[in-house]
Amino acid sequence: MPRPSRLHVPRAPARPGEAPDFSYVRLSPAGAVARPDVAAPAVDIENLSIDLIRVLDDEHRAVGPWNPRLDVAELQVGLRHMLLTRIYDDRMVKTQRQGKISFYMKSTGEEAVAVAATMALRPTDMLFPSYRQQGAYLTRGLNLVDMMCQLLSNTRDMCKGRQLPVMYQSVPGRLFSISGNLATQFPQAVGWAMAAAIKGGDELAASWIGEGSTAEADFHHALLFASVYRAPVILSVVNNQWAISTFQGFAGGEQRSFAARGPGYGIPGLRVDGNDFLAVYAATEWAAERARKGAGASLVELVTYRAAAHSTSDDPSRYRPKDDAEHWPLGDPIDRLKRHLIALGEWSEERHQALAAELDSQVAAAWKEATSYGTLTDGPRLNRDLMFEDVFKEMPPHLKAERDEMRREQG
Amino acid sequence: MAQMNMIQALNAAMDIAMTRDPAVVVLGEDVGYFGGVFRVTDGLQRKFGTHRVLDTPIAEGGIIAASIGMAVNGLRPVAEIQFADYIYPGYDQIVSELARLRYRSAGAFFAPVTIRTPCGGGIRGGQTHSQSPEALFAHVCGIKVVMPSNPFDAKGLLIAAIEDDDPVLFLEPKRLYNGPFDGDPDKPAVPWSTHPKGEVPDGHYAVPIGKAEIIRPGSEITVIAYGTMVHVAEAAAKSLGLDAEIIDVRSIVPLDADTLCTSVAKTGRCVIAHEATRFGGFGAELMATVQERCFWQLEAPIARVCGYDTPYPHAFEWEYFPGTKRVARALAAVMEAK
Repeated sequence: MPRPSRLHVPRAPARPGEAPDFSYVRLSPAGAVARPDVAAPAVDIENLSIDLIRVLDDEHRAVGPWNPRLDVAELQVGLRHMLLTRIYDDRMVKTQRQGKISFYMKSTGEEAVAVAATMALRPTDMLFPSYRQQGAYLTRGLNLVDMMCQLLSNTRDMCKGRQLPVMYQSVPGRLFSISGNLATQFPQAVGWAMAAAIKGGDELAASWIGEGSTAEADFHHALLFASVYRAPVILSVVNNQWAISTFQGFAGGEQRSFAARGPGYGIPGLRVDGNDFLAVYAATEWAAERARKGAGASLVELVTYRAAAHSTSDDPSRYRPKDDAEHWPLGDPIDRLKRHLIALGEWSEERHQALAAELDSQVAAAWKEATSYGTLTDGPRLNRDLMFEDVFKEMPPHLKAERDEMRREQG
Repeated sequence: MAQMNMIQALNAAMDIAMTRDPAVVVLGEDVGYFGGVFRVTDGLQRKFGTHRVLDTPIAEGGIIAASIGMAVNGLRPVAEIQFADYIYPGYDQIVSELARLRYRSAGAFFAPVTIRTPCGGGIRGGQTHSQSPEALFAHVCGIKVVMPSNPFDAKGLLIAAIEDDDPVLFLEPKRLYNGPFDGDPDKPAVPWSTHPKGEVPDGHYAVPIGKAEIIRPGSEITVIAYGTMVHVAEAAAKSLGLDAEIIDVRSIVPLDADTLCTSVAKTGRCVIAHEATRFGGFGAELMATVQERCFWQLEAPIARVCGYDTPYPHAFEWEYFPGTKRVARALAAVMEAK
């Protein structure tokens, strides 16, 4: 009789047909976690990587030491950016279903992650987003038409047709070109921050990856370089529980929080309610102040839930309960900020509906304009010669020969 | 015999290998519960359990390295890298470790690892889901590299790869998963059930690694291709009414130079086609081999049709893809050359 296998294989908390189960998510009450000095040694604040920093309580009030005390106008701007992100996502998925774009990725349920963090940073800070931080682009004021033209690979595409949809970029917006490969940009953000420190000045870099991507070696390169050089960088892990079909246990989330990877490298880890706009804002503000003071990097785990499919090529009903998102214990970021504003007497359902209608028509109008510059199926197309440009700064002879051959052959 | 598409054929190969040999394990991102993003491992975890079909962290270097360790301890891992474009974090483990283990240990240690990975374009995947990196691995000594072009070969070659005591990189042209594709995106998609190679024997069989196949015998010109380009080459030759001999390389390393050169010595003319970029591509090795052995029989310079030397551009999929017309033009030019 062979011994039973000692191999542990993580098991997802709930699969299709089973009841959603989030008992594994360790929660702290809003306001319960102390806010240490931004220069505190990492070893003294390890609890931040285990507890959960939260500001909004069940009565929709902002409580505790992490309350960033934003004024009403800022809260309303945050709500607007998050709602715009959601409406934009919904409309763009529809255009993909109509065959107008080849692919799309929504950020539904994770809007606070990008929007609150970007608002808490300065416009001079450099962002290295992954493919689900469209909220950062909208918060930095990128033009909707420009973003849509990227999705369409059309004549006004900022990437000249070279990238899959959602791989935006902006030089003036200080938003780095997105790579489709996972975690590669995490250590690059550290390098950018090292350069900022070498050059003087007080800019910092911020980067986001999913919890699944922390499995890549590049995650560890980022933490190591950030630790060794105390680089002014904020490294965020968006723990949305799912990497396509693979739940966070397969990235090592069963044993320790993702934030707890930080203390192992001598970097503070902050575990944050990622669906709490105020908590995300406050944690980013703390980490930014720490970085600007020369006290080094922070690792921020944003605990959230990927309420939508991984991408338009994915069908989550094959691997998780259909009603999983409804049972997520940290709710919805837009709904929570909306209720907070209502509780403050500074918002209402009517105003919310009116804002949604306004943003929807803004997105619709932008789409109409964007498609006038071409879609995958109709209208003007980019000049195909662009295919050969930017491989190098100067086109070498063999590429010129291939371009000329293509012109001859394709007429 | 059964009608199968390439996904079903690959699935059947793993099913049979796992049934026959308890040492065979499958691992990779999303391969277990979900059955893989292209469904190639569908049902295997249900049948063989979570200890033989392992979902893994998203760490290609870790997947390859762990596979080496498993193989050294007596297992036969079949690792999936979700897209060939994502294999590079595992490149050091493949090049410096997996491929050289037998050599550096004088045969004392070896790692029979099969790495399956979808490659190639034609699915609007842009620069991160369309690459054909075979040349980067063909240049490495100690790992076999194969690429099937149809369900029959897919099953037989995968069984051969799993049973091989050397490591094998098994490249799956993803545009062929559901049907043969002749390079013209405007034609309606054709399923494998319409193609003779969609007939796949039940049970165990192996297609030997190291053997090319003459897909169509002919006398006027030899076309050497593999993967999706086999079907493009057939369509191109047909469009010109040429009596072309079409050869599917199938095994990139080791290469069946005899079959290729015997054909070119007979026809005197040769066109080589692959999706991968041209400069330093595997076509250069094919061309050199044919030229070395058939120089005195050649009636015309050998031509290559390849991807242009740029990253795969999302907006220009069909300008970029070396389709039927480009191959046909090369065939016509080589036929005209005196």
